[in-house]
Amino acid sequence: MSTGTPLVLGETGLFDPSAPLTPSGNLRRRTWVNTFVRITATAAALFAVAILVIVIFGVVQRGISSLSLAFVTQTPQGLAGGGIFNYIVGTVEVIALGAIIALPLGILTGLYLTEFAGPRSRLAGVIKLALDMMQGLPTIVVGLFIYGLIVIPQHKQSGLAASFALAIVMLPLMARSSQEVLLLVPNSLREAADALGVNRWRTVISVIVPSALGGIATGAILAIARAAGETAPVLICNSIYDPNHTSLNIFHGVPTIPMLIYTSVDLPLPDAVARAWTAALVLVVVILCANIGARVMLARSRAKMGL
Amino acid sequence: MTTWDRTASNPGGDRSASGRVRLRTEPVLPVLRPETNGTQVDANRVAVFDIRDMAVFYGSNCALAHTSLKIYRNLVTAVIGPSGCGKSTFIRSLNRMNDAIPSFRLEGQVLYHGHDLYGSGANRVEVRRRIGMVFQKPNPFPKSIYDNVAWAARNLGMKHGLHDRVEQALRQAALWDEVKDRLKQSALGLSGGQQQRLCIARAIAIEPDVLLLDEPASALDPVSTAAIEELILKLKNRFTIAIVTHNMQQAARVADRTAFFSLDTTGPERFGTLVEYGDTETIFRGATDSRTRDYVAGRFG
Repeated sequence: MSTGTPLVLGETGLFDPSAPLTPSGNLRRRTWVNTFVRITATAAALFAVAILVIVIFGVVQRGISSLSLAFVTQTPQGLAGGGIFNYIVGTVEVIALGAIIALPLGILTGLYLTEFAGPRSRLAGVIKLALDMMQGLPTIVVGLFIYGLIVIPQHKQSGLAASFALAIVMLPLMARSSQEVLLLVPNSLREAADALGVNRWRTVISVIVPSALGGIATGAILAIARAAGETAPVLICNSIYDPNHTSLNIFHGVPTIPMLIYTSVDLPLPDAVARAWTAALVLVVVILCANIGARVMLARSRAKMGL
Repeated sequence: MTTWDRTASNPGGDRSASGRVRLRTEPVLPVLRPETNGTQVDANRVAVFDIRDMAVFYGSNCALAHTSLKIYRNLVTAVIGPSGCGKSTFIRSLNRMNDAIPSFRLEGQVLYHGHDLYGSGANRVEVRRRIGMVFQKPNPFPKSIYDNVAWAARNLGMKHGLHDRVEQALRQAALWDEVKDRLKQSALGLSGGQQQRLCIARAIAIEPDVLLLDEPASALDPVSTAAIEELILKLKNRFTIAIVTHNMQQAARVADRTAFFSLDTTGPERFGTLVEYGDTETIFRGATDSRTRDYVAGRFG
């Protein structure tokens, strides 16, 4: 268009409207670029998945040969023989105690942020920031903190100390995930309950939490799965234990799977290394199952909420 | 191909032997009618859209069926009807905006200048380049006023004379005088009515052939609505405009032709359908279908 004559949009005849609807102008090139970007993005996404597949494949390949029912139901014999039953029990103890501490706190924090803090609450903003920072805290620092707080004064490592450390790891995950699912509960439900003259607490317990329960449970499972694989806190707080017996005394050191893997791969015994791989396989399978289960639950609860 | 619908040969009842809703879209005689509003739908007028027995499904749910009509060049065609009668579904099917809905399926034919809009040769990006759309809620990009208008033109390679193009788009959208001193400021700082006019400027900046307006004024106050309506009347000389509105007075004010859609509840399944289509004057003053008369008289909907 020349700048001399005034441009009248709609009358410049940029294209023939009656032409077939095949790409005109630079659309052919734009389609190429679009296809290129789409393929690149798809490839990047597949690559990310491929890494997971390779890791799992590696663990399965090296760990599957020693896997048996006895491996998960018997206690160890020596450094490389027997099963890892006591390690599984120990892991469950430590994680369960950590979850008992962290999950209620996390859920209540989520409830505070969404249901009780006002929309412009400064405190809520500070808490959210703190939770995000807590989530980014290196777990070895968390372990060290508990070491100084509990292990040194008691002169004793213990499963309890590890539980506290793992609770700190789980807390921000739990709080943030509950907050996110609670935000998905439509505000119209809160208004409906408010308009009936019911206290917020009753609304929370009988309307809001039930609607978000699936999502909260999902967050809990993901937090637990994350903590189950944490090594640094148990290494610092819970690494002195009787490796051959099942221990139910949480006030002493209890054997855990991450510790087993950590100690076994260092041993100059091929059987011990093989046991580490198989223990890793057990851990990965449990965490994977927990994750998949959590996703299924979340999908169901979202379907229930009509999202 | 004549301009007259096949249905024109069935001017008597609004139901054929098959029980389908049939349309009385055109008069029987192919002569120029004395038109009160100055528009003449004659054999020379170009039909931009020729919609033939269109039906739209979302999954197994039928949203719209038995809809045939022609939309003519440089006329404003209004689509009116009660909620849930498929007005938006209809207009969004005209530039393939519904393609993004996974379960969407369209039957029948939508011919655009004689080309099947849903045919294998039709590129949907090209379709939208020619058939623009403005939505119910103003949706400017979080960019400057200038960049909102220039964005599509830049992407389409119309970089030559871009300033002129942006200015003309804003002028034709009757927004230039209000924004010429703050083109670099965020479009989000504009009022709702200004944002909607910006969206129209953005649409016409790439000079589409057709402009589809999906309830463009329903989120606006009366003054802004009047501005949009005035704009529509100005733009119809250069663009073919189809507007969905639930405001009957708006249709009466701006449209040359009006299509009345309603829910067909006669069968076991409820679906939206075209009830009557004709000159706006006819639809509002002398509709033949009782449902149309009841609706425009405000007795339902």
